[in-house]
Amino acid sequence: MRKQILDAISRNGRFSTEDLAALLATDKETVEKYIKEMEDEGVICGYPTLINWDNTEFEKVTAIIEVKVTPQRDMGFNKIAERIYRFEEVESLYLMSGGFDLTVIIAGRSMKEVARFVTEKLSTLEYINSTATYFVLKKYKEHGLVMEKKENEAERMLITP
Amino acid sequence: MRDPLSSKIKQIKPSGIRKFFDIVSEMKDAISLGVGEPDFDTPWHIREEGIYSLEQGRTFYTSNAGLKELKVEIAAYLERRFNLHYDPVSEIMVTVGGSEAIDGAFRAMLDPGDEVLIPQPCYVSYEPCVILADGVPVIIELKEEDNFKLTKEQLLEHITEKTKILVLPFPNNPTGAVMTREDLKEIAEVVIEKDLFVLSDEIYAELTYNGNHVSIAEFPGLKERTIVINGFSKAYAMTGWRLGYACAPKEILSQILKIHQYAIMCAPTNSQYAAIEALKNGNPDVERMRTAYNQRRNYLMKAFKEMGLPCFEPFGAFYIFPCIKKFGMTSEEFATRLLQEEKIAVVPGTAFGDCGEGFLRISYAYSIEDLKEALGRIERFIKNHADI
Repeated sequence: MRKQILDAISRNGRFSTEDLAALLATDKETVEKYIKEMEDEGVICGYPTLINWDNTEFEKVTAIIEVKVTPQRDMGFNKIAERIYRFEEVESLYLMSGGFDLTVIIAGRSMKEVARFVTEKLSTLEYINSTATYFVLKKYKEHGLVMEKKENEAERMLITP
Repeated sequence: MRDPLSSKIKQIKPSGIRKFFDIVSEMKDAISLGVGEPDFDTPWHIREEGIYSLEQGRTFYTSNAGLKELKVEIAAYLERRFNLHYDPVSEIMVTVGGSEAIDGAFRAMLDPGDEVLIPQPCYVSYEPCVILADGVPVIIELKEEDNFKLTKEQLLEHITEKTKILVLPFPNNPTGAVMTREDLKEIAEVVIEKDLFVLSDEIYAELTYNGNHVSIAEFPGLKERTIVINGFSKAYAMTGWRLGYACAPKEILSQILKIHQYAIMCAPTNSQYAAIEALKNGNPDVERMRTAYNQRRNYLMKAFKEMGLPCFEPFGAFYIFPCIKKFGMTSEEFATRLLQEEKIAVVPGTAFGDCGEGFLRISYAYSIEDLKEALGRIERFIKNHADI
C-alpha cells in the first residue's frame, strides 16, 4: 500500500486522499494513516509544484555548480554539505562520485545574483578548493515530466469498437 | 449496369448503431469514454526501436510468417507468461493485428454451412468474418447473472451436428469478463467431447486484475484444437502498429499462412522490429499500464456504486459494463441523450450484440482527470433522469 501511494503521489501530488482511496480500493482513513506515517518517517519530504518559469513573465536563472572540497578532521562531507545547503539559494545538493565532490544547483532571479552567490558565498568557504559553474539555458524535462507545452496531440478517435 | 456487389457482402448489415457513431463524430468537444484502445503512447524504447529499424534501412518484406527472431520471442513470451508451448518455426505466424488472424482462421477452417459459436456481447468482427468465410454464426447470449462468462450449459444448448468452432473472447471486450481456470476446464471438456475447435482471442490477456490470464490452450488435448490469437495492441499500447499473431497446430497454421501469404504478404517490417523490443524489454511497461488501469477500474467501480449505477465487477480488459435498465431507456437512447445533454460519449451495449441491450460500455483507457470530469457529468445525468 505504501509503495502504491508513493507511486501515485510521486506523479501527482494533488491527489486528494478520497481519490487515492478510490484508486487503491481502500478507504480514506487508511490512506491518511499511511501518508501521515510516511511524513513522520521523512519518506514524504514535501509537495512542491513543478513550474516552468520560462513560460512566465518572471525571471529565474538556474545554475549547476561542480564543487571540489577538502574534508577536514572536524569537517566531513556531511558537515560541509550542511554549510552549503543552508543557503536559501541552493535548490539541490548532491554528493558525487567521480571527478568532483558536490553538485550544487542554484536558482536565482538573475545571472548576477547567481554569480554573486558563487563568488562571495560559495567559493570563499575555506574547505572549497574549486568551483565550475554552468548556467542552464533551457529545461526540457524535470521530475519525469516534459516541460514543453504539448502541441498537436495525435488525433484520437472518439469511438472505436 | 449489373449489380457490382456480391450477395455475400450484402448479407453483412452495417452496424446497427452507425447513426450513433455519426452523431458522436460530429461532437468534437465531447469527452469520450468510448475508445477501445489504450490511452498510453507506445513506450519510447519501443518506438525508438521502430525508428532505428527505419534508419537501418529495414524496409523490405519479411518472410510471410514474420521475422524468425520475433517468433522466437513470442514463443518464449507465451511460455513464460501463459505456460503455452509453441514451436516458433511451424506454429506461430505474425499478422496484421489480431483481426487478420481472426479472419484468416475462419477462412482456413470453415466449409459452407459450418456453424461457429459466438458468445455475445463481444467484439464486432467475429460475426461478419464468419459470414465472409461462408460459415454460419450462432450467437450465445451471455448473461449478467453469470458475470458474462460462458457456461457449460449454455455451450451445450447451442451445439449442433454442424458446430465446428467456438469463439472464446476472454478477457472480454465490452464486458471485461474473464474466464477462470475452473470455468475453462468445463468448457474444455465439452470441446473435446463434441470434437470442436476453439478460436481463443486473447488480445487482452495482459490486462487482468484478479490473477494471471489462463489460456484454454493450456489444457491437455486442447492445444491441438485451438487457435490462440494475441497481439501487441493492448498489452504494449501499439494499436496503430497493426501487429498481432496466431498460434495453432502446424496443419492449421500452415493453411492460415497460405491466405496471409496471398492476401497480405507479411506484417509491417518496421512494426515487427519494434515488437521484438517490446517482448524483450517491455514487461515493466505492461506492469505500469496494468497498475494504472486497475486503479482507474477501482475508481470507476466506487463512483458507480455511489451513484447507484449497478454493474458487475469486471476483472479484465479496460471496460466497465454498467446496467442502465432502470432508467427506462434503450442503450442507444441513453447514450445519445448522455451525449447531447452532457457531452459524454460512451458506446451502447447493443453495438456488441442484441444482448448488450440495457448496458453501456465505458472505457477507462483515459486519464483520471478525464474520468473524474466525465463521472461528474454522468452523475448529474443520472440524477436528472432518476424519476423516469
